Amino acid sequence: MNGVHDMGGMQGFGRVEPEAGEPVFHAPWEGRVLAMHRAMGHVGLWTIDINRAARETMPPALYLSTSYYEKWAISLADLCLRYGLVREDELAAGRALVPAQPAKRVLSAADAEKALSRKSFEREAPAAPRFKAGDRVRTKMINPPTHTRLPRYARGRNGIVESIRGCHVFPDAVTTGKGEDPQWLYTVVFDGRELWGESADPATKVSIDAWEPYLEPI
Amino acid sequence: MQLRMRALETVLTEKGYIDPKALDVIVDAYENRIGPHIGARIVAKAWTDPEFKLRLLADATVAISALGIAGRAVHLIAVENTPRRHNMVVCTLCSCYPWEVLGLPPVWYKSAPYRSRTVLDPRGVLAEFGVTLPPNTEIRVWDSTAETRYLVVPMRPAGTDGWSEEKLASLVTRDAMIGTGLARTPDGATGAAGTAGPAGTAGAAA
Repeated sequence: MNGVHDMGGMQGFGRVEPEAGEPVFHAPWEGRVLAMHRAMGHVGLWTIDINRAARETMPPALYLSTSYYEKWAISLADLCLRYGLVREDELAAGRALVPAQPAKRVLSAADAEKALSRKSFEREAPAAPRFKAGDRVRTKMINPPTHTRLPRYARGRNGIVESIRGCHVFPDAVTTGKGEDPQWLYTVVFDGRELWGESADPATKVSIDAWEPYLEPI
Repeated sequence: MQLRMRALETVLTEKGYIDPKALDVIVDAYENRIGPHIGARIVAKAWTDPEFKLRLLADATVAISALGIAGRAVHLIAVENTPRRHNMVVCTLCSCYPWEVLGLPPVWYKSAPYRSRTVLDPRGVLAEFGVTLPPNTEIRVWDSTAETRYLVVPMRPAGTDGWSEEKLASLVTRDAMIGTGLARTPDGATGAAGTAGPAGTAGAAA
């Protein structure tokens, strides 16, 4: 989806402004939102890609005007509503009004430590990789209306496969109900001038991690 | 937002989907235990142990698995700065960041200015962090578009021969491991704000 979340190369957002002595959380609710995301991830109804897709479908003006944890809060509530775990009237009332569906798994305090580790996204490969390190490739020109991890600035560009990163869950498939559909993942490196034109710094290179369906040989 | 999130936590708790005590453990871990001091320890070890450095650059996930890190890092890739090449990490699409070794990302890393400009004008972004590199030093930007996570191994500062790993770790700032800074020099100079404490506070955590 060509959403406002796909920010690489956009201009006009101003300077990067680090905050001296920045706290981990700026308010206690931010920590609760982060932890709820982790805990609900453990319940296993949705995956990280579905979570990202939920954030990306926020209205652009809302996406740009909310803080990071506000976006997380909005996407978490949206997912809980969409999967029928809570109802809008329950959020308004601040208490459960209807019985719960049984949960597959619930994260206990004893197991919370485990939720600090991400699970592997690598899967058994259905076929040999199509590309090897050193191959020249072109990223496809695609504009799917659904979730993708091929950023707009790197579409239709020539690059070189630098590394093979294994066969990973394919976000474009997971978020459109097609299952994990594991695909080979490559680090593909581009010259700055290939991405941005002749005025770009010639000593700059940018890489993305690209799944095999994003690439074609040249 | 605060009220809606409190309501959500209450409803999810009453329905048995979450255990608030598990949330307490997760919040505590990121506030107090998981932070850039972990990455700093890895970098300092790479600076003093050439065999470990080779293993780290070959497969960081495997290399650090024996170090007793709280969150097991998966798909972690360490990239080394040299006089010829400087590495910077960004996530243009969201906020991917190596939580297991750096803790939670600072607000600027997740902000529109950093996400938009780093791939287009990395040298300009570095200048805003007070970092100026020779024009012929290649800048390599790693856009974290998948579940791979990147840790920059900064260059070891001069004048640190014979230093212990612990003392060296105190020079490794968070920003140096993102690539928006350089390691501190023994006289305290640094390429950027931001340090290796769990909350970005001064000094490296022991």
